[in-house]
Amino acid sequence: MMHSLLLGSLIDLGGTGHYIHWGFIQLSVANLVVIIAMIVVFALAIIIPFPRHGGKDK
Amino acid sequence: MSAMRKRRFNPDRDVKEWSGPSIPYDILKEAFVALVAVGCLVLLLAVVFSSPDEHAVTLKTWSTADPVDFAQTAITQLDGTSPVATYGPPYNSTPGAAQHIGFFEPAQWLGTHQAVDTAKDFVLGPLQTLPGDAAVHQAVSEYEAASSAQRQAWTSAYEKAVADAKDVNGTLQVPPGPYGPVGTIIARLTSMAQSGALDGALSGQGQFYNTNYTKPLLFIASGNYLADLAGHQHLQGDQWGMMNETGNYPGQAWLWLYTMWYQVAPMNSSSNADLEVWGIMMVLTLVLIFLPFIPILRSVPRWSRVYRLIWRDHYRRLAQSRVARPQSVSATVEPTS
Amino acid sequence: MTAPPVPRHGRASESAQWTARARRAAESAFPPERLLPDRQPAYLGSWVYVFGVISVVSLVWVITTGCVLALFGPTWWHTSSVGLFFNSMHLWSVEVFFFFMVLHLWGKFFMAAWRGKRRLTWATGVISFVVSIAAAFTGYLSQQNFDSQWISTQAKDGINATGAGAFWNVLNFGQMLMWHIVLLPIGVAAIVGLHILLVRRRGIVPPFEVGDHADGAGGDGDGSGDVVGTTTLEVGTAPTVERGVSA
Repeated sequence: MMHSLLLGSLIDLGGTGHYIHWGFIQLSVANLVVIIAMIVVFALAIIIPFPRHGGKDK
Repeated sequence: MSAMRKRRFNPDRDVKEWSGPSIPYDILKEAFVALVAVGCLVLLLAVVFSSPDEHAVTLKTWSTADPVDFAQTAITQLDGTSPVATYGPPYNSTPGAAQHIGFFEPAQWLGTHQAVDTAKDFVLGPLQTLPGDAAVHQAVSEYEAASSAQRQAWTSAYEKAVADAKDVNGTLQVPPGPYGPVGTIIARLTSMAQSGALDGALSGQGQFYNTNYTKPLLFIASGNYLADLAGHQHLQGDQWGMMNETGNYPGQAWLWLYTMWYQVAPMNSSSNADLEVWGIMMVLTLVLIFLPFIPILRSVPRWSRVYRLIWRDHYRRLAQSRVARPQSVSATVEPTS
Repeated sequence: MTAPPVPRHGRASESAQWTARARRAAESAFPPERLLPDRQPAYLGSWVYVFGVISVVSLVWVITTGCVLALFGPTWWHTSSVGLFFNSMHLWSVEVFFFFMVLHLWGKFFMAAWRGKRRLTWATGVISFVVSIAAAFTGYLSQQNFDSQWISTQAKDGINATGAGAFWNVLNFGQMLMWHIVLLPIGVAAIVGLHILLVRRRGIVPPFEVGDHADGAGGDGDGSGDVVGTTTLEVGTAPTVERGVSA
């Protein structure tokens, strides 16, 4: 199907999906990765110092 | 401003606007760099992961893969017991079918706007388009001419028989029974579907151009075949499927809250679940829009103190200036040279 | 080639005309240095601030790749490898768009960025999110594949329950495609545009406890006389202090 095409994926995500069950919560691993990435990026954005721009503020 | 100053200062609503120092900040350069960076990221993701494209299910693929499920669904379209036939508005006017919360019954108020007569639109009408098939035309005429009691006797008998039907190398085999012309009707509809002609008859709606797939979609969605495929991909409503995509692709993770409500009581067993969940989400959306007006909720950011981290440079400078000039809290800011 | 000279502003008798009044209102709300400021308040110092602009540029990529898909029509991406590639760009730019839009929302929530007459900025941001969800949803319905079939036949129950199904038929591919490529993009672009204008008009929200660097904290509240080079901040825009103050 899609991987036979010239610009198909290098990593095939089209196979059987993986899912996680926690109590009543069901999540696909792909969505979980996205959600964790969001939390990590948000935390990093707060933690990593923001470079001061060229000029002076004092 | 003057009107605002008369009210008591509320830190979760009001600010003391900044008149302190500023820094050079090139917003257009920032936007350009972001545009290029996001472009590269998207390009990388597209090259590495591509995008999913599972083939659509047709009446042909369904009836070929599972003619028994197709026939069992088709008879419910004919006798008016299918999920679509009993759906209520906007497809038909089945009494009491519209979802409601107490007197609030918006679907009922708006009525039937996409009228679907499953027997005529899904079964009898398409069969009448088959050319030169005298047997099926006669069966349809006999069925249409019969009394409703007679029709019901036939369809009930067929429903019993088709429950034990078999798929023999792609051919539907239904045990014999007193179902009159209905056997021919469903058998011909199944072979018509397997040939692909039913897709054309339902999609085309008698016109050359068509972009409305309401009827074939409603037919396909009445069977178990589509739902089973979706279940394997974890797309069912009770699998939090609204968030999911086929395969291992990320889906619409932003729908987590919407799909969550379907998993909890009383919505997970309510016949009005859709209306209830939509009601909850509408209220929550309004809460988010009007958050700045809602006491307690609008104080959460201040209580959380996450802002101390975001603006930590500011608070560090503030602390330093207070150490340096402990009396300066009420002093004016001194200009420098 | 140079532009023709701009005629002088009209006489007082003409100042009541709609055009003149609209120009004056626009000039007063968005003087060039407020629309395209080259300085920001000194408290801007966090990566959290970049989530907004990343959301906007992601939207630019969503629209750009969508326009490429529109050039060749809705079935192109099923049959062409180049089409599939642009569909992938479209999908991933949408994922990136929502990723950063939600982070932007989190960031602005923790800053309580609605403070100081910025409530409409907050509201338009939330509405952008909601309209974007509708736009993405109709995109899923416009794919013409198994996803579209399943999502539309599932979603119809929710839409129908609200009564909206009477005129907004998620099973009607033509209708959903039109909403996806015409009406909802216009809606998203309009509300996001309004949101950005409001951000420029009101400026970025100051921290809680601005301290001495505050309009009203140490002075009389109008900021005048407090800081060299600062203008009165009636609408809360970022000031343009040339030399700043001593810390």
